[in-house]
Amino acid sequence: MNNRDILKRVLRYIDEYRMQVVMSLACALVSVVTTLYAPVLFGDAIDCIIGPGEVHFSDIKSIISKLFFVIALTVISQLAMNMINNRITYSVVKDIRIQAFNHLETLPLSYIDAAKHGDIVSRIVTDIDTLADGLLMGFSQLFTGLVTILGTLVFMLSIHVPIALVVVILTPLSLFVASYIARSTHRLFVRQAESRGELTSLVDEMIGEQKVVQAFSYEERALERFSEINDQLEEDSMRATFYSSLTNPSTRFVNGLVYTSVGIIGALAVMKGRLSVGKLTAFLSYANQYTKPFNEISNVITELQNAIACAGRVFELLDTPAEERDREEKKLTHVRGEVNISHVDFSYDKSKELIKELNLFVKPGMRVAIVGPTGSGKSTLINLLMRFYDVDAGSISVDGTEIRRADRISLRSSYGMVLQETWLKSGTIKENIAYGKKNATDNQIIEAAKKSHAHSFIKRLPQGYDTVISEDGGNLSQGQKQLLCITRVMLLSPPMLILDEATSSIDTMTENRIQRAFKKMMEGRTSFIVAHRLSTIRESDVILVMKDGHIIEQGNHEELLRNRGFYHELFYSQFAH
Amino acid sequence: MKILFKYFKNYRVRAILAPLFKMLEASFELLVPLVMAAIIDKGIKNGDKPYIMKMGLLMIVLGVVGFGCSVMAQYFSARTAMAVGKELRYDLFAHIENLSFSEIDEIGSSTLITRMTSDVNQIQTGVNMFLRLFLRSPFIVFGAVFMALLVDRKAGFIVLCILPILCVIVFSIMFYSIPLYKKVQDRTDTVLMKTRENLSGARVIRAFSQEGAEMEEFERATNILTEGQLFVGRISAFLNPLTYAVINLGIAAVIWKGAKQVDLGLLAQGGVYALVNYLSQILIELIKLANLIIIETKAIACLKRVEAVFETKSSQKYRGEDTNEKESADAFADLRSFDVRQALGNPKLVFEHAGLTYKHGAEPALVDVNLTVFPGETVGIIGGTGSGKSTLVNLIPRFYDCTEGRVLLDGMDVKEYGKEELRKKIGIVPQKAVLFSGTIAENLRLGNAEATDEELYHALERAQAMELIREKQGGLSHRLNIGAKNLSGGQRQRMTIARALAKNPEVLILDDSASALDFATEAKLKAAIRELADKMTVFIVSQRITSIMHADKIVVLDDGAVCGIGSHSHLLKNCAVYQEIYDSQIQEDEESWVANS
Repeated sequence: MNNRDILKRVLRYIDEYRMQVVMSLACALVSVVTTLYAPVLFGDAIDCIIGPGEVHFSDIKSIISKLFFVIALTVISQLAMNMINNRITYSVVKDIRIQAFNHLETLPLSYIDAAKHGDIVSRIVTDIDTLADGLLMGFSQLFTGLVTILGTLVFMLSIHVPIALVVVILTPLSLFVASYIARSTHRLFVRQAESRGELTSLVDEMIGEQKVVQAFSYEERALERFSEINDQLEEDSMRATFYSSLTNPSTRFVNGLVYTSVGIIGALAVMKGRLSVGKLTAFLSYANQYTKPFNEISNVITELQNAIACAGRVFELLDTPAEERDREEKKLTHVRGEVNISHVDFSYDKSKELIKELNLFVKPGMRVAIVGPTGSGKSTLINLLMRFYDVDAGSISVDGTEIRRADRISLRSSYGMVLQETWLKSGTIKENIAYGKKNATDNQIIEAAKKSHAHSFIKRLPQGYDTVISEDGGNLSQGQKQLLCITRVMLLSPPMLILDEATSSIDTMTENRIQRAFKKMMEGRTSFIVAHRLSTIRESDVILVMKDGHIIEQGNHEELLRNRGFYHELFYSQFAH
Repeated sequence: MKILFKYFKNYRVRAILAPLFKMLEASFELLVPLVMAAIIDKGIKNGDKPYIMKMGLLMIVLGVVGFGCSVMAQYFSARTAMAVGKELRYDLFAHIENLSFSEIDEIGSSTLITRMTSDVNQIQTGVNMFLRLFLRSPFIVFGAVFMALLVDRKAGFIVLCILPILCVIVFSIMFYSIPLYKKVQDRTDTVLMKTRENLSGARVIRAFSQEGAEMEEFERATNILTEGQLFVGRISAFLNPLTYAVINLGIAAVIWKGAKQVDLGLLAQGGVYALVNYLSQILIELIKLANLIIIETKAIACLKRVEAVFETKSSQKYRGEDTNEKESADAFADLRSFDVRQALGNPKLVFEHAGLTYKHGAEPALVDVNLTVFPGETVGIIGGTGSGKSTLVNLIPRFYDCTEGRVLLDGMDVKEYGKEELRKKIGIVPQKAVLFSGTIAENLRLGNAEATDEELYHALERAQAMELIREKQGGLSHRLNIGAKNLSGGQRQRMTIARALAKNPEVLILDDSASALDFATEAKLKAAIRELADKMTVFIVSQRITSIMHADKIVVLDDGAVCGIGSHSHLLKNCAVYQEIYDSQIQEDEESWVANS
């Protein structure tokens, strides 16, 4: 995407606020005209002051009263313009930010798993902020600047054509200098944004996982790594800032030349009587004000360069393809829980095989246990069932509907899922439990918490169910977090269940009780359970023994033990102390 | 504000040169209207062409010199600002790294990250603009007033009167909006937090089909942010129009007064021009100043947030942290290791009435723990969820400090050790298997940068993670992405075990860190760790009785209190809680095993 496309895209967002933009432009026009008219009035007044005893006080009086009116108009129009610009900018930025976030929710997990989270966060927060700054400046200064330039030209031409022409011929120099600098600094701003992203990414990791850093006395080396990127950022920022800040002095210098030329040529014209001193002062004041819009425009251009670089990064995120959707998605309703996995191949890294030719037929209501050494593909299977990832070959269907043809939401809500990794959102305990069922009553919530045996620890928290837990569970222990995750699912009672090491951090007494609750809840429902506790596994209808991405053994507990295969070995190892 | 001065000190010359050059440039600018007035009053009045040309040349010279000064100023201010920003970031990072766990829990990491990144950026911009404009603008403003008084005292007096009015406008708007900018920044934090949360919880959010609700929540947070931004914007929107009005009314007054002075023959026409011009210059500078003030208010708000982090001091003190104490601490260290060698057979770790109540915690998490552990012993810690198992082991590396009693390592209170010295002795495998982006080797060397490849392989082998290395392309140099999402939970866990072993610690703590491992792997892991027993004192925290039943000592915790210490067989006879746990796990499996074989 080049800059022009990015700009066009930003403009499309602005187009939503067309009315406000028109109003802002109208205000800008009024304020520019009145601002430009003021120096003419000053000039007229000065022409009334010729020398001792030659001052026309009555004329000056009428000029000054006109001036009051002009000033009032300027103030009102400027104020209105500022307000409207504020509103447009922050609304546009809000729209983009919300869109970016919403897009995030539709991105495939493969993208999210691989992406640097700090970088994405910096796009949605910092980059969009920079875009806001750029837009605001653009709105308040770009148009006013342009109109001022045009208006000044008109006023100048109406006063004295030759001097006006001198100004017209000399000013492109200023524009040329400004655009040259802007073009050559764009690259530097991109590099600065990259370094900044890299830094954010490292900070995100090191500060986010501060406890690990400290436990391993990694502080000093983390600081070294940080320092390296930090130094790079300093250099990049320095370049971008310095080179872009040359714009101002350069254009100011060029405009100084313009001012001088107007002064000399104007003075000569006055001598020849073709111009009054008052007109010359008006001219000089224009030459001064003429400097301003060019400076401002060049400022805006630098700022916009920066903003466009940032907008580009945001759009890049927005353009990352979302999860594929089938055009005619079928909503799954009244799921019975028949799952058919046939000839499935899948791997994360396409150059390395993981799951190959996986076949499994699960009748409604079956309890499927998945066992196998770590890394054998158990969690991958769950990623496929939930359609977090799509299969490379073969198909998975639920109740006869291929899940790629099914509506994702209806598919995912047919499963209740508890993962070993506990994720809780910042909010109250109650909100977390009711995560999948926002309209649950307090009684239902407490009921679910009792079933999952989370009630007793929740009760002891400072504000009970209304205790606010901070980001990612805060002070709760891993086991407590897991209990909350289980409660979350208990409340839902979904038609199918996925438990991926769901009770790994919970003590066994509690676990047994939870298992019983689960069992009761799952009666007649299909469930997939990744577990290492044999008591859980033993009661399953079918046990899949996975190794290296394949199901190497399949059957119930007794059958598998009789086979004296890999399962036998696994089972035996529990007591092989 | 104070902390910034510290940083300026290192760049004193540049920080002075930047505004100095700006002031030079401004002085040249202030001379221009005088030259022009001379052209009007002398050149035009006398019809002196060569004089006009001479003055024109003078203006060009003023411009060239001004340009040179300005470039220098831009360079020095950019250099200073970026250097200050860099050092501030560096110190902040270092400071955050020194905060103890209680402070990290309290502040929360996402706000630390914003302060580290976008706040410091704002400060950096603030410093840059400050150096460029903050002296220049007031200089031009006051300079213009001075020049106006020079041209004509009476008319100039009007210019002087306008100044306080302008100051009141500018400062009251600034005063009112600074706290508001801080509020906006806090709301930005919320937006950032939501974004982070949605990235880390993507799986759960989708499994519960809560994308829609999350979007709504984000929208709400963004709306609140936008409202704040609009409100602040509305206040600053008054700045320019108000200053414009004051200045132009001032010009009207100056013209009126000037006209009277000219009428009396006390002033020439060119002088009136110069007066009007100086007022216009004040206006232009004020507009710049207003923009600058907006940037500075933001920067100051950010600076306050950063300062708040600096002001949060670690609640833990370590020996040798004060530099003058360092030497004596080193001397002590030598002495101590000598003692330790002498004292073989003395306890490695002693808990004396140790207890802990977390900050803001209603009830103590741990009460009155008394435990003595000898070198090479394996200690199992078992108990229900939330019974204080992790809290107990967290006291050893001082992740949290005892609020009651004390913990002695090699006969000395852990609070007496230097931070590095203490943590070097201890290898910990946390519950949450966190790995960093980077190669496997980099991750394993986290706690021991000097570990050879040999040692890493050794650690991997013991952690049962060798096959992982074999199957990953590039072996030790295989790259893990953020959060090591390209490894499974069990693989991550084994990596974290290997990471702790690579440190070669004297005390190894496994905080429920075999939970994602299957039985076979865990059994092999335990055997490997047992081999190390003569070198290491091992703490195993677990829910599974099979993980700890062979430990030399088993500590049974219930609701933060010790309810039994002893061997497996001892506890089976004497500890009710232990029996209950045992019954819930072992018995049925053993029975079934018997039934099946």
